[in-house]
Amino acid sequence: MMRAAIVNRPLDATALLAEVASDAHGATTLFVGTVRNVNSGRAVSGIEYSAYDAMATVELQRILDETALRFTDVSVVVEHRVGTLALQEASVIIATAHAHRAPALDAQRYVIEELKKRVPVWKREHYTDGTREWVGAAS
Amino acid sequence: MLLFASYADALGASEIVLDVPEGTTVRDLVTAVRARAPHAALPPHPLVAVNQAYAGPDDVLTLSDEVALIPPVAGG
Repeated sequence: MMRAAIVNRPLDATALLAEVASDAHGATTLFVGTVRNVNSGRAVSGIEYSAYDAMATVELQRILDETALRFTDVSVVVEHRVGTLALQEASVIIATAHAHRAPALDAQRYVIEELKKRVPVWKREHYTDGTREWVGAAS
Repeated sequence: MLLFASYADALGASEIVLDVPEGTTVRDLVTAVRARAPHAALPPHPLVAVNQAYAGPDDVLTLSDEVALIPPVAGG
């Protein structure tokens, strides 16, 4: 199971875990990226995510193709949400599973790091003082 | 050409149309965009995607290509 998507609805970690589940797996990991209340010393009230949807989906798929080559037989499902998110809401969820823990954990790390480097998604932070700003680089 | 996020704000549009000659490279196109909007907050060498894949400055464009300027990504 390898699937990637950009979605415009709340993310469901349980559903993603179910997608990678298999009798053959002895290790399953879940990464949840959430909106936090401060960035670079400024109080954040929410984040607006946008994407170049078509390319973001393709680029995520490329990352999964690379992951499959690096970590044979790993299962990965990744969803990135777009839209306006409140504090604590999940912006990205990655579920990985494998027969053994090392490939499951390493694949998860590979996917999130490459996602942050390459996938055309942007965020505009909303601050508690009413201002908003595009975040200039991966953070 | 498609524009997103801070670049769409900088140029005041999410898409712009540029008339360029045959054989135009990615580098030429960036130069043309910057000439058209000299005061816009665009870096000299923005990332460019052609047909939904990152492109190099010397890549040559064809008429049907989907070209996009990609601001620094900030997913996750």
